[in-house]
Amino acid sequence: MKDSMSPGTMNENIMEKGKNISRRDFLKRIGTAGAAAAGLTACGKGEKTGTQSAEPAGSMTYRTNPSTGDRVSLLGFGMMRLPSVGGRSAREGNEEIDQEMVNRLVDYAIAHGVNYFDTSPAYCQGKSEHSTGIALSRHPRNKYFIATKMSNFAPSTWSLEASVAMYRNSMKELQVDYLDYLLLHGVGMGDGMEEFRHRFIDNGLLDFLLEERRAGRVRNLGFSYHGDVRVFDYLLSQHGRYKWDFVQIQLNYLDWKYARQINPRNTDAEYLYNELAKRSIPAVIMEPLLGGRLSNVPTTVFARLKEREPEMSAASWAFRFAGSLPGVQTVLSGMTRMEHLQDNLRTYSPLKPLTEEDFAFLQETATQMMSFDTIPCNDCKYCMPCPYGLDIPAILLHYNKCLNEGNIPESSQDPGYRKARRAFLVGYGRSVPVMRQASRCIGCGQCSPHCPQRIDIPGELHRIDAYVERLKQEIG
Amino acid sequence: MLRKIRLTLAVLFFAIITLLFLDFTGTIHAWFGWMARIQFLPAVLALNVGVIMLLSALTLVFGRVYCSVICPLGVMQDIISWISGRRRKKKFRFSWSPAKSCLRYGVLALFILALAAGAGSVVALLAPYSSYGRIASNLFAPVYRWGNNLLAYFAERVDSYAFYETSVWLKSLPTFIIAALTFIIIAILAWRNGRTYCNTICPVGTVLGFLSRFSLLRITVDPDKCTSCGLCSRQCKASCLNGKEHTVDYSRCVSCMDCIGVCRHGAISYRRPVKKKAAGPKVEKAQVDNARRSFLAGSAVLAASATLKAQEKKVDGGLAVLQDRQIPVRATHIVPPGAVDARNFARHCTACQLCVSVCPNGVLRPSADLERLMQPEMSYERGYCRPECTKCGEVCPAGAIHPLTVAEKSSTRIGHAVWVRKNCIPLTDGVECGNCARHCPSGAILMVPSDKDRPDSVKIPAINPERCIGCGACENLCPARPFSAIYVEGHEMHSEL
Repeated sequence: MKDSMSPGTMNENIMEKGKNISRRDFLKRIGTAGAAAAGLTACGKGEKTGTQSAEPAGSMTYRTNPSTGDRVSLLGFGMMRLPSVGGRSAREGNEEIDQEMVNRLVDYAIAHGVNYFDTSPAYCQGKSEHSTGIALSRHPRNKYFIATKMSNFAPSTWSLEASVAMYRNSMKELQVDYLDYLLLHGVGMGDGMEEFRHRFIDNGLLDFLLEERRAGRVRNLGFSYHGDVRVFDYLLSQHGRYKWDFVQIQLNYLDWKYARQINPRNTDAEYLYNELAKRSIPAVIMEPLLGGRLSNVPTTVFARLKEREPEMSAASWAFRFAGSLPGVQTVLSGMTRMEHLQDNLRTYSPLKPLTEEDFAFLQETATQMMSFDTIPCNDCKYCMPCPYGLDIPAILLHYNKCLNEGNIPESSQDPGYRKARRAFLVGYGRSVPVMRQASRCIGCGQCSPHCPQRIDIPGELHRIDAYVERLKQEIG
Repeated sequence: MLRKIRLTLAVLFFAIITLLFLDFTGTIHAWFGWMARIQFLPAVLALNVGVIMLLSALTLVFGRVYCSVICPLGVMQDIISWISGRRRKKKFRFSWSPAKSCLRYGVLALFILALAAGAGSVVALLAPYSSYGRIASNLFAPVYRWGNNLLAYFAERVDSYAFYETSVWLKSLPTFIIAALTFIIIAILAWRNGRTYCNTICPVGTVLGFLSRFSLLRITVDPDKCTSCGLCSRQCKASCLNGKEHTVDYSRCVSCMDCIGVCRHGAISYRRPVKKKAAGPKVEKAQVDNARRSFLAGSAVLAASATLKAQEKKVDGGLAVLQDRQIPVRATHIVPPGAVDARNFARHCTACQLCVSVCPNGVLRPSADLERLMQPEMSYERGYCRPECTKCGEVCPAGAIHPLTVAEKSSTRIGHAVWVRKNCIPLTDGVECGNCARHCPSGAILMVPSDKDRPDSVKIPAINPERCIGCGACENLCPARPFSAIYVEGHEMHSEL
């Protein structure tokens, strides 16, 4: 248990100091934590089979929550990208969730030490909680922690009654009588402070939830943050009053220093993390992979990662980055497929923390990735369904894919223009049916406020449409 | 030898012309588009004097080789007849019969009358190349495309961009039915008696028959060598060789050369006939039984226009259900740029469906209107007449659609857009749209405030008909369903912008 304790104790060390720590400072600490953990990774199975074992080499790394003392697995299971019948993620088509597969994934995860499950009334078109409830209720209640959210996004759910009904329904769907972790979902989204007040303050909802925490029906109260940093700063400034047990932020090696550069309305993860560390608030990490953009990386970046660690997946780098920060309690991963789960388990059982060189290496990688002009969509599908039938994420992801593969010709004079043009247009038709392509975007803007990455969706769609038009007409 | 040359050429022509109707990428047209242009009737309608002279000369020298090599419908009959011979294990299955002249000339007269009167659908029904075009594009092309889609399915799985999926859809039910009926009737005739169609109905065959009577090289029977065994008659698919009388009806002979090798006495040869008083076959009165095909043009019953309110915005996934687009009832139908005007188009078009086959945007389809039956018209539910595409003009062999450059095409007005207030999304849903204005290639649409007193009110489209070319981008990309809030009315006469 030495490996799992050390980050926890370090955690407290840092928190005792209670001040902003420099990168160098905590990297030193990561280094010592790494030395403790490295010993276990060496021994592996599979020597007799001649194959790579899917099983992790050691056991899961755990972090301790300071307010409740929960021993939480470093890998958290995000229930947002559950598999649906037919193998796709439940949010892609309109197919039903594949409950049998969900059960198998959850069983496997629990058997390998995962005990944190994160869902929301909004996920999978509102079906995630129900499915999560079915899968988890087959296990003893003390084997897992449930995190769900107050997802009262729609103005029709802004009243106290509607919100409380949503809260009670969560317990019913999840088949529990208390929640381990409850988050105010997506504070800072929409128009920021104004919307936050509507959703949580003016209707007295936050007071109600504080009362529920006192009563023990909510063991930990926190919030997940996207968007307007003023809401984040305000809520932390009220930490004395609300006593946040944890905060969920978006963190990965690209957002660490570049979130703001990608979109001026976003905030670098480095700032968010340090603000939490200063106040000893455990961080729960979402989007460690940026919706898969850090696992399906451009070819040059892929080669770079593989050169350094030939036996580790591209995704493992992103998970190690998030997990190496000592103030992180859990790193969430939305795992649709068994292979995702197995790869992540290998990465965190136990965690092999980043060295200082590794850290610098990933920062350089991030800098390199910034030179690709990809759209920061991570396929969360909060923008969907578009009332006019567009498949927004599919369009943006197709553009990104072509960018990564070098199939975005700048001009018809480019070498390989014809091949790239064909790849883009044929691939576009395959990824998105004609009636759901960017040319159908009317620019009503109903999607943009829902985007956690704050992408100007109509703007990007019109840009892609204009680009497609150029390709079709072979202009320029 | 002669027969082998004829066979090789016929198979080549047949395969490539069929491919013209199957290929949707436009590659084969670049090389072999001329094969459609040398078809007799399209050349006549296009007033292509060069081709008419060439075909006349060809017939005057070699006889009706046009019918046995160039005409795809003729070769198709040969193929069916050949299969029939193989299946029925009957090598010598034909017999001589007198010419059914009344029927032949009657049909020809009707055909010329229809041409003069501009009854395009009758012309299209009788013309051999058009018939074949309809059969190829309605019966063969779907099979070809499904095959392609199967390949595309596998290509997608191995991340190859070599094949892409195309849509297979029923463009017009009446045309499909006519194509199927034509195919069945001609196939039965060919299966039983070879070239019956060519020598009784086909107007092109009749016209060429006038010329082939006087052709330089003909099949001749040497009466000195002939034993009147009648084997040649039983091998003649045109039923024009009377072995007993040693005579050939040159107006019906398609110069297939099948009889030459079959004669065991070397009595038949293909050469300049020696001047001899040959007794022409007597014209016998044949009974005319002109079976008329009738059909019903199903007119689409249009559902009452009901604007679908956009669904309330939810989050986290799923796709909005899209209602199918319905075709607006246009007062004037739209014909493609290059058609000059509707009358010129109707007069020249042989309804061969070549343009319908190549249209990559799903715009062209055969008309169901009785007057223009099977002639193509445009509609925009599946796509619109894209500015970079000039395919239909490039392939048209009959001069119904003139070839245009991209610049000419985008300044040709084929219609104008009309706004339907009650369907317009900014007014029904209260959101900004402007998708029509954003995609108008000629900048004919301006977005103006819906309330003149409030400059910040939602904007609605204002169409400048002087700039509109009728391409249908607005109609196709309009979010309103099932009817667009903006649609195109055709112009009877096209004009330059």
